[in-house]
Amino acid sequence: MEKITQFTSATTVLEIHDVDTDQIVPARFLTTTTRAGIGKALFADWRFDAQGNKISGFPLNEPGAEDRKILVAGRNFGCGSSREHAPWALHDFGIRAVISTEFADIFRNNSLKNGLLPIIVDKATHAWLLANPGAEVTVDLEACEIRLPNGKKASFPIDGFARHCILEGVDQTGFLLKQADAITQFEKNRSWQP
Amino acid sequence: MGGKSLFEKVWEDHVVVPETANTPAVFYIDLHIIHEVTTPQAFNMLRETGMPVRRPDLVLATMDHSTPTVPVKDFEASLDAVSDPEPAEQIRQMVKNCAEFGIELHSLGDPYCGIVHVIGPEIGATQPGKTIVCGDSHSSTHGAFGAMGFGIGTTEVGHVLATQCLLQRKPKSMAVNITGKLQPGVSAKDIILALIGKIGVDGGTGHVIEYRGETIRALNMEERMTICNMSIEAGARAGMIAPDATTIEFLRGRPKAPKGADWDAAVKRWLSLASDPDATYDLEVDLDVSELEPQVTFGTNPGMVVPISKAIPADSVDATLHKAIRYMQVTPNEPMLGTKVDVVFVGSCTNSRISDLRSVAKILDGRKVADNLRMLIVPGSQSVKKQAEAEGLDKIFKAAGAEWREPGCSMCLGMNSDKLGKGELCVSTSNRNFEGRQGPGGRTVLASPATAAASAIAGVIADPRAYL
Repeated sequence: MEKITQFTSATTVLEIHDVDTDQIVPARFLTTTTRAGIGKALFADWRFDAQGNKISGFPLNEPGAEDRKILVAGRNFGCGSSREHAPWALHDFGIRAVISTEFADIFRNNSLKNGLLPIIVDKATHAWLLANPGAEVTVDLEACEIRLPNGKKASFPIDGFARHCILEGVDQTGFLLKQADAITQFEKNRSWQP
Repeated sequence: MGGKSLFEKVWEDHVVVPETANTPAVFYIDLHIIHEVTTPQAFNMLRETGMPVRRPDLVLATMDHSTPTVPVKDFEASLDAVSDPEPAEQIRQMVKNCAEFGIELHSLGDPYCGIVHVIGPEIGATQPGKTIVCGDSHSSTHGAFGAMGFGIGTTEVGHVLATQCLLQRKPKSMAVNITGKLQPGVSAKDIILALIGKIGVDGGTGHVIEYRGETIRALNMEERMTICNMSIEAGARAGMIAPDATTIEFLRGRPKAPKGADWDAAVKRWLSLASDPDATYDLEVDLDVSELEPQVTFGTNPGMVVPISKAIPADSVDATLHKAIRYMQVTPNEPMLGTKVDVVFVGSCTNSRISDLRSVAKILDGRKVADNLRMLIVPGSQSVKKQAEAEGLDKIFKAAGAEWREPGCSMCLGMNSDKLGKGELCVSTSNRNFEGRQGPGGRTVLASPATAAASAIAGVIADPRAYL
């Protein structure tokens, strides 16, 4: 996994609440057996018409959107299906942080395992970000804060273990594999067997 | 120190290494259900790192999402029915991965092939007190048995295959107390839709719901599964119901249920899982269903729902609601009743079990599906299909003009050949009415099997209470 400590980027703003993972990656793109190139499926039905032409006015189709690393989204982003293709596609497109007031649990979990930061901010900061698309925002994972161009800062909560893994660029699987002895003991000592 | 809830008991029974400020808990998984769509990358990870599957005996494998539901004679013919090479390759890889890693696969044509969340319970692998995961968000279904079931991503599928464990933080708890006797024509599906309407699609975020109360106790296991299934549509991590005599009777004699003395010990353990009388929850919600009407969705998430006779909301300056009303082409301030229907879909892990099919057959019996309306009835598994045919339900469906299909996820999610066309409106017994969920440009109205059947006959959204 790629290491992230801090970065600065202009934002793309998608002011819709309850964006579900069927929008982030429609199900017909889930037939792949790899992760390569999944960014092309990102918001496919909102980005492209039936002929494959870009739909103008959709924020991710704005000039320069592919260079922006921060997506500011409405509340409850990533609800619905557990498809990890959603964070894969956002990451493959170039997004490294999504900022909202709330994330769906499975999406948040999947994102943290793929170096995509789900950043929860207070309502006032969120409202400012929604009102200022393209703002240059700094995400500082070491300090657990974002810094706005108006000089204001907002801290964000993040699971300490996930933060450590992303700061170090290490996969969570390694930690789990080191628990093999404890798992064997647990299996042996249970009062019932599944 | 207060008593423990069902969820807390199951949680504590599976902590291998407790969580600390810096590390999540190592949490043991008793049953891992896998399917063809969310596993190929996880098996590739195992292959690349040379790791075996730790407990192939705790994995239940089938194929359901991208598989065809048109009747065919054998497995190869099924693959031929998949016109697109990518899903066909995905299905072949599932066969190869299961063979290579020693996992028993209920492949197409197997008597236990079917939708992941239908076969787990019917084979008896879903049991009270178990932790059950699958790379599918509707894993919450298994909570109907007093298990803790939740959906995971593909990275976590890899974690469970390699270690039989997940890294987890303990979720919060929420009690939903449901009281009142349901009116005729109103079902478990209407209860869960009404609840999501009440608490919102993020009302359960971060929480494990326990459904309690006299109404829940009176439901059969299939109805309880419908309710727990849609916990995820309220954003909940899981939904659970305490095991009771109904649970025990459902599991008795199932192929993977314990036998003999083991059965007696298991029943004793299962019945001890119920929440202690003094258990507390982080959040409590009450719902009285005695006056509940059949529910239908009008928008593009399951929380945008109204009683069938009531008007949908006024249009709004809120971009999300405005976008939903525009996408669905519905009329603000008017009820959904009477809206023209193009397709009716009966199926999915929410409503494809035998009791669902019986309630559809009861309404279709001796009647005809409306002209120019297509109705698909897709059983949840081979066993459900066999049972329905033994009862003659397939004959009722075909006589009414409906299509009777092979088991699978089918039109629930638009990733196999069963899809809506652009602009088509479908009354669906599935769980998600997201934009394009059943096919690009398709419009989905979620409802109960009875409402779906009534609408199929009327050709417009219809109240099932007029067809009882």
